Amino acid sequence: MSTAAIAETNTGISNAKLGTWTFLASEIMLFGGLISAYVILRSGSAHMVVPPRSMMGVPLATFNTFALITSSVTMVLALAAIQEGNVQRFARWIGCTIGGGLIFLIVKAYEYHHKWEEGITLSSNLFGSFYYTLTGLHVLHVTGGLVLMLYILVAGLRGRFTPASHDRVESAGLYWHFVDLVWVILFPILYLL
Amino acid sequence: MKDAHGHAGAHGHVEPQSFIWKYVFSVDHKVIGIQYLVTSFLFLLVGFSMMLLMRWQLAIPTPADDFDPEKLGMIRSLLNWMWPEKMPYGFMDPEFYNQLGAMHGTIMIFLGVVPLGVAAFGNYVLPLQIGAPDMAFPRLNMMSYWTYFVGGIVLMASFWAPGGAPQSGWTSYAPLSVVAPAGQTYWLIGMVIIITSSLFGAINFIVTTLNMRAKGMTLGRMPVFCWAQLVTAVLLLLAFPVLEAGALLQLLDRVAHTSFYIPKDMIYGATVFPRAGGGSPILWQHLFWFLAHPEVYVLLLPAFGIVAEIIATNTRKPLFGYKELVGSLIVIGILSFVVWAHHMFLSGMRTSLANLFVTTTMTISIPSVAVLTCLLLSLRGGSIRFNTPMLFALAFLPMFGIGGLTGLPLGFAPTDMHLHDTYYVIGHFHYVVAPGSLVALMGGLYYWYPKMFGRKMNETLGKVHFWLTIIPMNFVFFPLLIQGMWGMQRRLAVPTDQWHNLPVQGWSMMIGIAAAVLFVGQIPFVFNFFWSLRNGEKAAENPWNSTTLEWACPSPPPHGNFTREPEVFRGPYEYSVPGHKSDYWPQDEAA
Amino acid sequence: MSQDWGYQWGLPTAASSYASDIDWLMWLLHAVMIFIFVAWGIFFVYCLFRYRARDGERAVYHQAGESASFIPDGLVLAFEIWLILAFGIPLWAAIKQETPPPDESMTVNLVAQQFAWNFQYPGPDGKFGRRNVALVTAENPIGLDPDDPASKDDVVTINNLNVPNGKPTILRMTSKDVIHSFQVTEFRNKQDVVPGLETMLWFEPTVAGKYEIGCAQLCGLGHTKMVGNVFVQSQDEFDGWQKEQLAEKLGTTGTADARTVTPAADSRS
Ligand code: HEA
Ligand code: HEA
Ligand code: CUA
Ligand SMILES: [Cu+2]
Repeated sequence: MSTAAIAETNTGISNAKLGTWTFLASEIMLFGGLISAYVILRSGSAHMVVPPRSMMGVPLATFNTFALITSSVTMVLALAAIQEGNVQRFARWIGCTIGGGLIFLIVKAYEYHHKWEEGITLSSNLFGSFYYTLTGLHVLHVTGGLVLMLYILVAGLRGRFTPASHDRVESAGLYWHFVDLVWVILFPILYLL
Repeated sequence: MKDAHGHAGAHGHVEPQSFIWKYVFSVDHKVIGIQYLVTSFLFLLVGFSMMLLMRWQLAIPTPADDFDPEKLGMIRSLLNWMWPEKMPYGFMDPEFYNQLGAMHGTIMIFLGVVPLGVAAFGNYVLPLQIGAPDMAFPRLNMMSYWTYFVGGIVLMASFWAPGGAPQSGWTSYAPLSVVAPAGQTYWLIGMVIIITSSLFGAINFIVTTLNMRAKGMTLGRMPVFCWAQLVTAVLLLLAFPVLEAGALLQLLDRVAHTSFYIPKDMIYGATVFPRAGGGSPILWQHLFWFLAHPEVYVLLLPAFGIVAEIIATNTRKPLFGYKELVGSLIVIGILSFVVWAHHMFLSGMRTSLANLFVTTTMTISIPSVAVLTCLLLSLRGGSIRFNTPMLFALAFLPMFGIGGLTGLPLGFAPTDMHLHDTYYVIGHFHYVVAPGSLVALMGGLYYWYPKMFGRKMNETLGKVHFWLTIIPMNFVFFPLLIQGMWGMQRRLAVPTDQWHNLPVQGWSMMIGIAAAVLFVGQIPFVFNFFWSLRNGEKAAENPWNSTTLEWACPSPPPHGNFTREPEVFRGPYEYSVPGHKSDYWPQDEAA
Repeated sequence: MSQDWGYQWGLPTAASSYASDIDWLMWLLHAVMIFIFVAWGIFFVYCLFRYRARDGERAVYHQAGESASFIPDGLVLAFEIWLILAFGIPLWAAIKQETPPPDESMTVNLVAQQFAWNFQYPGPDGKFGRRNVALVTAENPIGLDPDDPASKDDVVTINNLNVPNGKPTILRMTSKDVIHSFQVTEFRNKQDVVPGLETMLWFEPTVAGKYEIGCAQLCGLGHTKMVGNVFVQSQDEFDGWQKEQLAEKLGTTGTADARTVTPAADSRS
């Protein structure tokens, strides 16, 4: 989107950014719906058997939380870099962000495998169902985010973004922070409560 | 998705090249609007045809004592020939009845009226009214139509699924829907696709309205229709994802054997249902109605908007209380998120919650009364032209009045104890959706047809269609209220299986006949639609002498819409301004 | 058969203690609805006639009385608040939130299934026998545990509910499979019967006679046929009936009660 187009919008916010915000509002409702379903049954169903914390692998999940938060920070740094027009530094930080996401996914895969072996499966009981549904949907979002990041990286290296025009980096960043935020909510309600 | 976001703005105006890109995968909001228009009318026709079969069954649910299978009448022979298993001798199998019922509701709401009111008219008219060259994200817009199309195909395909179409009602209450045959899976997948389409649309509408208005078009100068679309888009954006969540859980219950909605120790058939259990059937209802109540206002708000436009134009005076109208629309939007459990008074949820929801339900009726009051008072002091669109818009007022008023006994929990899940509910909401919304949308088509196709629809045929719609509709829907008051439950394939329904069964014959007349009454409409494409009276830019911006561009508007950059100088409804040369003062006319 | 099909309208007989309260609210609401509709309608028709387009007459631009439009809103609001406070909340509380004292009423368990209503009476000892899903069979539809001493004198009926006139009956309801909804129009009450949950409905019949139980929640193919009967009898008749049932049960243990209506054979969804 050209600068001219941004100046033209009534709100002064570019279409892409406003669109991203609107999209995220609907995402909040999607996760909000699922999380409230979980909270309602967690507090209301007599048959929600919560596995002991030791079985949940809290340290690993904490590490994962850390990885994801770090990747959010590197995303901020990447945005700052492109705002200064430093494509090299931008690419490096985006690379770190992608790395953080990948670590998250790998650890998650290991966790899934481990839990499944331990008998916590999608249909074993209500907790398992919620665990895999909530984190699974989140994993899908992380994966989507990684694809987005790859695209941003390639486009950035091809010189598509300038200090004046980098809307898509900002949108991708917003999305990535959102995905991070969802995890920060899922982590305590699934692992710690 | 992100991709479409990004690209879209930049490539807003690729010149259409081949037929395919011009008419099929067009990114022009006007072409997309018409695609939606035609598709949703087709679905309305499908939904209505299903209902015609059902009304046939309800008129004569069982063979009479002297019934002779050798001497079938013409209709029975035809039905017997078409569906020998589903309608033997023209009497409907309950399974088929349940399938048609669930599909009628789903099609009418999700594939018919919402796409018509929001996507067809919204797409076509909204950018024109705010003076935008196109939607904010034209490609996303195109994707929205095609996802809707695919979703519709998936839903219709369910008829050929093993075990047939979904048969648990459009509400798909668990656990019935979880144990239902494969059609229900199609329903869930179809819904997720349609929800995605709606979300694309909602994002587009919100960004377009907030960002793409012409110079001088402040929010306070937007026509009521634009406000209605904006509020609707917000409802879709925030309510639909919750159903998506609910549908996802139901899908997992069906295919991955989870038990979100399956209680412990449920018995199905003769044995314990093999699930871990512990879920809650009522959870589904909360998730469903959290969407579905806002959804009913999604059916209504575009109709409000259309009626407001038509009334302003044809009374030749400003709408009464523009601010109050817009304010009420916004309040309706907000409140519609806090009334959902009025569908669940008797569901087994905590009984103390009912009082809360009775109160919110009564509160939400106030802004609806305010809207109706404003529209009604707008007539006062006018110079009313009774053209076809105006007839439809006027009929909307009392019809919505009946629908809305019958919502009140349902909204009081004590009276709902008697009326819940009876035909009274069916009567209530059909008055709001059929002679209400649907009729307003038909009016909208007569009103904007000249803009869309450059010719007016025939007035005489239009008036014939009007009377043949509004009169039979009342003969269809009013007796439903009577039957419901007597206690006849909804969703009964053979109401006469229950003797308490016999005293009101007679009405069903009258309803059946009226429904058939209603069907025949649509023929002038369909004929008029196609005939006028070539033979209608030619329409200039502004055939109704309106003030709003959609009439400031050619009919039909070219790609990119406006031949000159529109600029707005005043509010939307400056009719009969004292001292002005004509009785309308378009928004874009320099002083 | 078709000659019985009528064109009745209104409400069916009121046959429970609270039915008349509900009917009163129902008629009040409808009277006001009709009043609003007619008043509005008269004004509507008047406007259409009076302000139709006529040559040489222009519409009015400045319209007085902006604030007048708030009057109907306010009136409707005040009326609704009054209704909520005077009827909505108290009636609901009396019918759905409070139960008559158990010692002055009769409690019956209802276990709904596709497509039948099973009733369990506690019998003379006043105690319900244990139910166990593992024991559910066609002959033992509610899974009554025969080893529980309390179950010895329990009476189980299918699709027939006998209740004494003038005494509250409390139904404790649950479902084996999907959601059903218990309705008896003459009692003006209705309640969903949900698997995995116990819901409650009580009524105090006031007119002896036979009423029909309908299922009001779509529950599958047999939904339309899922009917039962309520027999409202005098206390004496009821006691006699219960004795008879008990004698029959103790005499013929193991076999299904011949007089009960067997549920629809088809149990597909
Ligand atoms: C467009 C759709 C629409 C609209 C606008 C409404 C509006 C309202 N609805 Fe309705 N409703 C449905 C669609 C709609 N509904 C559907 C589809 C269902 C059933 C779903 C299912 O179970 O399958 C339903 C079911 C439903 C129930 C559940 C019933 C049950 O299952 O037991 C309830 C209960 O409270 C209810 C209440 C209301 C109320 C209080 C309003 C209020 O907002 C109404 C406010 C309006 C007024 C009060 C009118 C004012 C009128 C005048 C001032 C007079 C005008 C006269 C002239 C101009 C002459 N509705
Ligand atoms: C928007 C929603 C909508 C609309 C418009 C309608 C329209 C109609 N409905 Fe429907 N209905 C529902 C939503 C809707 N319905 C829902 C949600 C249910 C509950 C389902 C459930 O129980 O789960 C229901 C249930 C329902 C029942 C109850 C069934 C039962 O409980 O067993 C009945 C019974 O009479 C009925 C009748 C009708 C009739 C006669 C119409 C008529 O008004 C139809 C009029 C239609 C037209 C006039 C079509 C016009 C268009 C054309 C002719 C095409 C023209 C084409 C071109 C120009 C290209 N409906
Ligand atoms: Cu049981 Cu309907
Ligand atoms: Cu509602």
